[in-house]
Amino acid sequence: MAKSLESEHPIKAYGYAAHDTTGTFSPVTFSRRVTGEKDVRFKVLYCGVCHSDLHYAKNEWGVTTYPVIPGHEIVGVVTEVGSKVEKFKVGDKVGVGCLVGSCRSCESCSSDCEQFCPTQTLTYGVPNFDGTQAYGGYSDHMISDEHFVLRWPENLPLDSGAPLLCAGITTYSPLRYFGLDKPGMKVGVVGLGGLGHVAVKMAKAFGADVTVFSTTAAKKQEAIEGLKADHFINSRDEEEMKAAASTLDGIIDTVSGNHPIVPLLGALKPNGKLVLLGAPEKPVELAAFALILGRKIVAGSAIGGLKETQEMLDFSAKHGITADIELIPIDYVNTAMDRLLKSDVRYRFVIDVANSLKAE
Amino acid sequence: MANSLESEHPIKAYGYASRDTSGVLSPLTFSRRATGEKDVRFKVLYCGVCHSDLHFVKNEWGMTTYPLIPGHEIVGVVTEVGSKVDNFKVGDNVGVGCLVGSCKSCQSCTNDLENYCPKQILTYGSPYYDGTFTYGGYSDHMVADEHFILRWPKNLPLDSGSPLLCAGITTYSPLRHFGLDKPGLKVGVVGLGGLGHVAVKFAKAFGAEVTVFSTTPAKKQEALDGLKADHFIVSKDPEQMQSAAGSLDGIIDTVSATHPIAPLLSVLKPDGKLVLVGAPEKPLEIAAFSLIMGRKIVTGSAIGGLKETQEMLDFAAEHGITADIELIQIDYVNTAMERVLKSDVRYRFVIDVANSLKAP
Repeated sequence: MAKSLESEHPIKAYGYAAHDTTGTFSPVTFSRRVTGEKDVRFKVLYCGVCHSDLHYAKNEWGVTTYPVIPGHEIVGVVTEVGSKVEKFKVGDKVGVGCLVGSCRSCESCSSDCEQFCPTQTLTYGVPNFDGTQAYGGYSDHMISDEHFVLRWPENLPLDSGAPLLCAGITTYSPLRYFGLDKPGMKVGVVGLGGLGHVAVKMAKAFGADVTVFSTTAAKKQEAIEGLKADHFINSRDEEEMKAAASTLDGIIDTVSGNHPIVPLLGALKPNGKLVLLGAPEKPVELAAFALILGRKIVAGSAIGGLKETQEMLDFSAKHGITADIELIPIDYVNTAMDRLLKSDVRYRFVIDVANSLKAE
Repeated sequence: MANSLESEHPIKAYGYASRDTSGVLSPLTFSRRATGEKDVRFKVLYCGVCHSDLHFVKNEWGMTTYPLIPGHEIVGVVTEVGSKVDNFKVGDNVGVGCLVGSCKSCQSCTNDLENYCPKQILTYGSPYYDGTFTYGGYSDHMVADEHFILRWPKNLPLDSGSPLLCAGITTYSPLRHFGLDKPGLKVGVVGLGGLGHVAVKFAKAFGAEVTVFSTTPAKKQEALDGLKADHFIVSKDPEQMQSAAGSLDGIIDTVSATHPIAPLLSVLKPDGKLVLVGAPEKPLEIAAFSLIMGRKIVTGSAIGGLKETQEMLDFAAEHGITADIELIQIDYVNTAMERVLKSDVRYRFVIDVANSLKAP
């Protein structure tokens, strides 16, 4: 297996991969394609650890092909560009998020919504457009078609900005699409983790009055003082939930554990929107009346298109929005995954790839 | 009980009421208030039989106070107006739908969305401003605040137009609110009953390409030939459903029986909307991924405000939209209810009240 990984492509690469459903990572040598005419090649500096990486490493969604090299919050510096690349040059700081390919011709692609393209290529874990596997940012370098490379804004930190490439766009996009980005709107955020803490920052930057819902009462101080949320509600406290009834224009629900959504619907005003970003294992249950009485919406959202991702990065740079991170060397990744499972991180691990990943 | 109802108000009235959870309706003498300065009093000509009437007479929603006189698709002719009534005079044809009161000051009321007012007063079964209960259109006459009276368009038939007062607004409103009223959009309608058949007519009038989903293959001809739907899909046929995957901009789901909605979500395009207007008894189950992938929406809708109801009636008159009805005598109503339960009607019963309800 290792032999074919190394010889799959002409350019040697190395990284950390999971090989089976234990999800345990270990060093791996593999290979990447040569720089095509529209490709941008870059040395990986930092890569955020997204909870999706953990799901993929353990094949919890049943779509993983092993070995899997995750990582889709990747920031680096360009080392080579193809002959037809127009927007980037060697030395530029760039990012790659969750997508490295799409058909570029369907209705979704033509309206800058590559995330809905039925033949999209994810950055890792599934076959690339040439039939080989795509490998993500827990590796020494990346190569990607120019269209899927983001320009890194000058004053956006490379390390604490990396998680924006997934957590950032995943929360920014629905705030904008569902019209929750107007000053004075009352927006709820459920769950204070990798997605949730960024959602609070984005919503505050849009001028919203933000309420954090959490099952962990201890998070109140961080929510209010650290993240500048306006209110904090313990979602398991019936009285606090009752007091919030019919007050919110929208709620961004980042929680991936199973949890009841009917109380959250109760917190919405008429025409309010509950947007699910986390994907609980069990189906959510709701009585149709909870939607009918008040014309409320339950929707979902996943990342965003490339154009919007760039817009989000520029917005974050302008408003000083970064993730709260814990920088780790790559050989800490298995411990990081264990801690992530217990939500023991404030709020995203970021791998200091360039300084810790050594060639074999 | 009969005595106190008769003396509750100064003006004698009579109708058909259910007295217990058997839901059986029988003649009842009761009373209505005198015509207040802002009231419009009218003789009932026709009243549609809505499935909600059946839910209420049997107390299936746990909200019923007996005796209950249902009927909220009421058309009649004005017999008296209060001194401060501006918009109606004796002899006018008018309608009353599902609401006869609201707070008139909340955000919903001031936005012409009385149907989302937390203090809305239903046409039957609700406490009125004076604390007495409201009684609906299975009765000889009605009295209502001018604000809740609809002007009956000249060329709209009184009998086959009456179901528009509930079924019409319930389907018209979400088609407009969720942007499914643009020519060329692909709209699905689930269920071909009282709501469903009117939904098809409105969607066609808006210029949509309409697909009817039904569990009854026998309804195909009525859907295509009778109602001019463009496509018909048997929703229990996986192959037919698969062929429609990702094809619709929106779906109006009128079915009140418990049914799976995951197959309906897969028929939506990205950003597609599933609007529930029927209220199944069991909670729905939705896998979060089915919303997240494609940013799809599940929502609900309930009737509409008074302004929009008037707009809907005028639109229906302009486009020749009426319900397909079976006109019945009021003493047929118990049989009619049993047939409604079995969906044995094409597609709404309408009670010929004036010609069949006799004073006791």
